[in-house]
Amino acid sequence: MSYLLSFITFVPAVAAGVMALFLRGDSLAAQNNARWLALAASLVSLIASLFLLAGFDPANTGFQFVEEADWIVGLKYRMGVDGISVLFVLLTTFLMPITIAACWGVTDRVKDYMIAFLLLETLMLGVFCALDLVLFYLFFEAGLIPMFLIIGIWGGKDRIYAAFKFFLYTFLGSVLMLVAMVTMYFLAGTTCIGGCEVSLLTTDFPSETMGVLGFTVPGGVQTLLWLAFFASFAVKMPMWPVHTWLPDAHVQAPTAGSVVLAAILLKMGGYGFLRFSLPMFPVASDLLAPLVFWMSAIAIVYTSLVALAQSDMKKLIAYSSIAHMGYVTMGIFTANQQGIDGAIFQMISHGFISGALFLCVGVIYDRMHTREIDAYGGLVTRMPAYALIFMFFTMANVGLPGTSGFVGEFLTLMGIFQVNTWVAAVATSGVILSAAYALWLFRRVAFGALVKEGLMTIQDMTRRERAIFAPLVVMTLLLGIYPSVVTDIIGPSVGALITDYRAAVPTALELAQQ
Amino acid sequence: MMPVDFATVLPEVLLAVFAMAALLGAVYTGKDAVTGLLTWATAGVFVAMALWIGLSGGEDRSAFGGMFIDDAFARFAKVTILLSAAAVLLISQDYMARRDLDRFEYPVLVVLAVIGMMMMVSSGDLMALYMGLELQSLALYVVAAIRRDSAKSTEAGLKYFVLGALSSGLLLYGASLVYGFAGTTLFSGILTTLGDDVPLGLLFGLVFMIAGLAFKVSAAPFHMWTPDVYEGAPTPVTAFLATAPKVAAMALMARLVHDAFGGVPGDWGQVLAALAVASMFWGAVAAIGQRDIKRLMAYSSIAHMGFALMGLAAGTAGGVQAMLVYMAIYVTMNVGTFAFILSMERDGVPVTDIDGLNQYSKAEPLKALAMLILLFSLAGVPPMLGFFGKFYVLKAAVDGGMTWLAIAGAVASVIGAFYYLRIVFYMYFGREGARIDTRMMPVQWTALVGVAALMLLGIINLFGIEPAAALAAASLVN
Repeated sequence: MSYLLSFITFVPAVAAGVMALFLRGDSLAAQNNARWLALAASLVSLIASLFLLAGFDPANTGFQFVEEADWIVGLKYRMGVDGISVLFVLLTTFLMPITIAACWGVTDRVKDYMIAFLLLETLMLGVFCALDLVLFYLFFEAGLIPMFLIIGIWGGKDRIYAAFKFFLYTFLGSVLMLVAMVTMYFLAGTTCIGGCEVSLLTTDFPSETMGVLGFTVPGGVQTLLWLAFFASFAVKMPMWPVHTWLPDAHVQAPTAGSVVLAAILLKMGGYGFLRFSLPMFPVASDLLAPLVFWMSAIAIVYTSLVALAQSDMKKLIAYSSIAHMGYVTMGIFTANQQGIDGAIFQMISHGFISGALFLCVGVIYDRMHTREIDAYGGLVTRMPAYALIFMFFTMANVGLPGTSGFVGEFLTLMGIFQVNTWVAAVATSGVILSAAYALWLFRRVAFGALVKEGLMTIQDMTRRERAIFAPLVVMTLLLGIYPSVVTDIIGPSVGALITDYRAAVPTALELAQQ
Repeated sequence: MMPVDFATVLPEVLLAVFAMAALLGAVYTGKDAVTGLLTWATAGVFVAMALWIGLSGGEDRSAFGGMFIDDAFARFAKVTILLSAAAVLLISQDYMARRDLDRFEYPVLVVLAVIGMMMMVSSGDLMALYMGLELQSLALYVVAAIRRDSAKSTEAGLKYFVLGALSSGLLLYGASLVYGFAGTTLFSGILTTLGDDVPLGLLFGLVFMIAGLAFKVSAAPFHMWTPDVYEGAPTPVTAFLATAPKVAAMALMARLVHDAFGGVPGDWGQVLAALAVASMFWGAVAAIGQRDIKRLMAYSSIAHMGFALMGLAAGTAGGVQAMLVYMAIYVTMNVGTFAFILSMERDGVPVTDIDGLNQYSKAEPLKALAMLILLFSLAGVPPMLGFFGKFYVLKAAVDGGMTWLAIAGAVASVIGAFYYLRIVFYMYFGREGARIDTRMMPVQWTALVGVAALMLLGIINLFGIEPAAALAAASLVN
């Protein structure tokens, strides 16, 4: 048994513990120690996860690197990755060093800040690796605590409202999931998600139509469980109409908090759909897929329009995130290879792009201390390098071919076109809208005459800032030009998932063949 | 050779002897001057007694014709009661001494109350039940009013007494109905008289008894005394009220419904489920407007009792086990939280207003962190231990076919999370304001930080209380 996954997951937490116990004082030296220690821990985790990638066998569709140990009675500490989750682990370990480097300039309670981020990294990695229901919930839910503190302590003016909204919204979604998990434990008699003899993935949950409180529920127990999980993941994702916490949280969170939120935390919802909803409740997924399609389509169009009207840069990017997550949910529930491949690809690519965009906002926010779009204009004359980077990621966000944003959108649209042409048509209009708001944002910030008084002396990016963006640019281009690096890894696991799904839902297959 | 009956009740007898000896000793020596010594001695005796009871194990025994039962369930509850009482005595000793409350009667009354609780959890008969309950309650009425020159404390004591007497009356009325229809006061006897159809009078009696006990555990809608008494009583007494008596009353309720009415779980399961829902929601909603941390803790305990009742309502051995685990975690969390509340003061005067915690984390990072962990644990957020308490009762409810109850509990816990978060908000995000001091004695500091550490480390294996609780539940439900 290899302990690689536990190592990757818990290195940041151990570093946080060391920091909490042994770093004293608030002197400059102590602050720097905290920063370097945090960066080192996240880099160790990154290097270890490269070994994970090297040792990962994409052809094997089962769980790999499985670890198992006894835990509290009836539950097991069980970790493992398959083709679906391994890239999320890498995404997290890749982005965390960048995030930590990006908050080098924070000077208020540096040690606590670093501890919060390191704990958050452990908890996020745990979500993607956990193979036990309760362990998954533990990581999933505990992540709220550091994020709540990050927004609440280091956030902007209305941080308290945003922090409470973030916490209570997501908490409400996930306690319903907890009840569903307990019910699954009761029905299946195990909390093992996969990789053991009796697992939830191999359990057929009853799907006979049943009556609940006078309503007829097609799909029965599966539908109820699906809805409970949906409550949690849809909020996390976030899907329209339960997305309203996200713009608030993004605007108030410090830059690094926004990056983690957009790039990794949102992906937990999509990962949850792929790990739980689709394989465990196939009948309910099939029944409710149209609902998800239309919610996604509305999300894409509606939030794109809302984004057009924003005057706050972070809010605009937050709404654009919601629109892009719409493609993801749509892709997942198409339950065909292009759709799911595209959804996972879109999540990975959005991790890089949205993270980079929030960092772009952070760069000028650090200089001007405002996120109002109107406060800027003509930055290209004083900050050419910044304008180039910003333009690159704006284009990637729009989905320009050659960048990773294109591949994800294209694949999901291809997937949905095979299932529901109308939704595909509506969703495609979102591509145009995203070009409209993104390019308009860029025009207002970077182009035009440099007339604002405060901008006359603004400095271009420092070497540290350039170094932060470099890996993101490389990844966005690499995935855009050679998407097979991702699809080769996820392909077999997604294929197996779809085969099982089709076997469980015979009607879906019949419909697809007509 | 001791008679078997006497050997079975030996711990209670020894404690009673200790109480008398302590009373006499204190009167004949230094009176209040020996209070400190007496407090430590009492706590020591409690811990020793807990170790003895916990480690002795052995067969299930009963004494006095079944009136007194000594089984794994009673032992689990007794260990919890004794340890929490000892912890509360130790953390409050400094507070009592500095506020001129160090009367030697206090530890003695606590011992008497603890004996009452031990009798309660061991009772196998309606008479024994009532005796234990009254011994406990009378001692508690007195300690609630121990600050004789304070109107609030006196009012708290009086309120507690009047409402407590009312609930005892309800209980007694129910007991007499049960006796009238069953023809016996023995739990085992009542169980055998229950046939397929239960006489209506017996059910009435059961409901009255449950209502009386609901007063004692402060389950809504019988909770009205709780906030006022918690606020009015001196903080050490509040800490005591919030811990051991709750365990005892909850265990007694489990004992009554399973030993005497185990044949008809459907009949009392619904009643307990209704109490659970009412408590969880009322405890969560009513606390939102509170600014006094002691009143907050009162509503918090109401909500927590709702969750414990949820386990009991399931009517299964798993439910009793979940309830016991929940109560053990609950008292531990409360000991830690009250260790902190006891230390809150400004210019030597105790304060209980949560506004005083503004920016507390900057002044005292470690204590603030410990409180943060405790508050998230109280809210039931993983990975703290409080989550596992909730997980087990939710599981018990679902296993017992009460999924609706589990959903209600889940929703209530979200509402409840708000006010715990608000304390975190004051400590971490608040603006600068009037500072408070939290000078702590080593004992209090250890209790606060130690309990916070337990809440985190407990996720490794819950310190093995789960198998012990399973054993205890199995001995009660068969």
